[in-house]
Amino acid sequence: MEKTLNWREFVITRLIKASGYSAVIFVVLIFFFLLREGLPALAEVPLSALFSLRWYPIEGNNFGILPLLTGSFIVTVGAGLIAVPFGIGTAVYISEIAPRWMREILKPLVELLGGLPSVVLGFLGILVLVPFLRRLLDIPTGLTAFTGSLLLGGIAVPTIVSVAEDALDAVPRDYREGAWALGATRWQTIWRVTFPAASSGVLTAIMLGIGRAIGETMAVMMVTGNAPVLALSAGSLFSPVRTMTATIAAEMGEVSNGSTHYHVLFFIGMVLFLISLGVNIAASSVVFKTKKRAERILS
Amino acid sequence: MKNILRLDGNLTERLGFGLVTFMAVLTVIPIIGTIIYILLRGAPAISWEFLSTFPNDGMRAGGILPAIIGTFYLTIGTALFSVPLGIAAAIYLSEYAADNRWTRLIRISIINLAGIPSVVYGLFGLGLFVLFLKFGTSILSASLTLSIMTLPVIISTSEEALRSVPQSFRTVSISLGATRWQTIRRIVIKEALPGILTGMILGLERAAGETAPILFTGAVFFLPRLPHSPLDPTMALPYHLFVISTQVPEMPIQIQYGTALVLIFFVLTMNIIATVIRSRARARRQW
Repeated sequence: MEKTLNWREFVITRLIKASGYSAVIFVVLIFFFLLREGLPALAEVPLSALFSLRWYPIEGNNFGILPLLTGSFIVTVGAGLIAVPFGIGTAVYISEIAPRWMREILKPLVELLGGLPSVVLGFLGILVLVPFLRRLLDIPTGLTAFTGSLLLGGIAVPTIVSVAEDALDAVPRDYREGAWALGATRWQTIWRVTFPAASSGVLTAIMLGIGRAIGETMAVMMVTGNAPVLALSAGSLFSPVRTMTATIAAEMGEVSNGSTHYHVLFFIGMVLFLISLGVNIAASSVVFKTKKRAERILS
Repeated sequence: MKNILRLDGNLTERLGFGLVTFMAVLTVIPIIGTIIYILLRGAPAISWEFLSTFPNDGMRAGGILPAIIGTFYLTIGTALFSVPLGIAAAIYLSEYAADNRWTRLIRISIINLAGIPSVVYGLFGLGLFVLFLKFGTSILSASLTLSIMTLPVIISTSEEALRSVPQSFRTVSISLGATRWQTIRRIVIKEALPGILTGMILGLERAAGETAPILFTGAVFFLPRLPHSPLDPTMALPYHLFVISTQVPEMPIQIQYGTALVLIFFVLTMNIIATVIRSRARARRQW
């Protein structure tokens, strides 16, 4: 009896340990498969053609990914300009100003927004936001980068709110009491004491929110009009664009496995993977100062 | 002079509070608006027939039964893989792992896994499960892809739940002669169960609503019959909503809103269950 128990315990402990490392294994596997299917693109398409201005893969064999990069960039910047002030404003309100009952209502509501499928937001975007913006701004089509930015802003807000709120919440109460004792008003305390003390966490919140926005696929694909044109001026915010994620989602279903087009789409996936890796490593290097926050950002 | 300064401080305070409150209100109104709008527009489409029949006339009529069943299968499939693996990984991190370089590597990997774009998961699933392991476009491939995507949420929430069990519980159990595993299984997991369940449901909620990871791994436009085995492809609610709102011309608007409503209902129910479990556990907790 004693013996079998020990033997079982040994096996279970090993299994648990192996599971512990599963996350590492999956990150490596994902990177490996992206490289395996994406790197041949570099051999098949010259680098100068890959970083050219025309994405017209089906008939023209033009695999320039610059329009897609700029498309992702402009939509994400727009989303950031919307999500950062609103996300941080909401976090400050929830953590510092709202009465307790209000907090109990707001937190689950923001979480709910985070749980709404992006395809539902894209769907409402098509039916409600797109016609509305077309009429409001008097532009030929409502399917624009700006429409995508609005939806992405909404998708990034819950991430920013929950991480920033945790950071503000983690500031010791003594700091605030000290400031009040010195005669500071509540607003001065928030602005000059609490917020600076939580700044690293707020920075993490912004980075993770923006990381979320870069990677969003369905909502963006449905409302940005899917036109792979170079988007560099501010005016292109109000014309159709196409992001990297949308390109993969829209075209992968129609390419034959192993073709150049297939490899280039995986190459774009690789670029996205590396961007998210960079954002998350940067964000977690800030986060690791306080461990609790590192756990909370995932939940 | 002093008076003016104080007035100034009060004014800034009122302006600042006003601004921040205004932003919070502007953030919350669209959330409530979205849900209410879909409830109102979708409700007329809901009928027993809509929920229990196949689509016909090129999706323009009939119901959405295969999409509902498909999402159900995918969610179950995702749970089968990600729940045991995620909880085991959480147990390792909370009960066994030393605070060293390797553990930090695991944590960074989890954070990165959580940040990888969903469409990249789709590519990975296509490369590994569909093509390399030859599972084909199937429920199995899609569930495996979704479960890797769900893993970080389950690991991190479960770990937090396990860690919140006081250390003294473990000490007492071990001092009474229990082995480490017995302590974990009978004491720690039992106490952390509500937290683990909450994390599990929130993770699966995300999986149920995702479209991009199943686009090329398991979802199909239309199936004349329900899938018979895990190696069959399936329809799914989020993908179906995407298809009927972008790919089908002259699609009746009512069916679109009805589909959105069913999907939201699926997701919201899971969200509410998770919230209820969490708040009830918090109220009952004695430590």
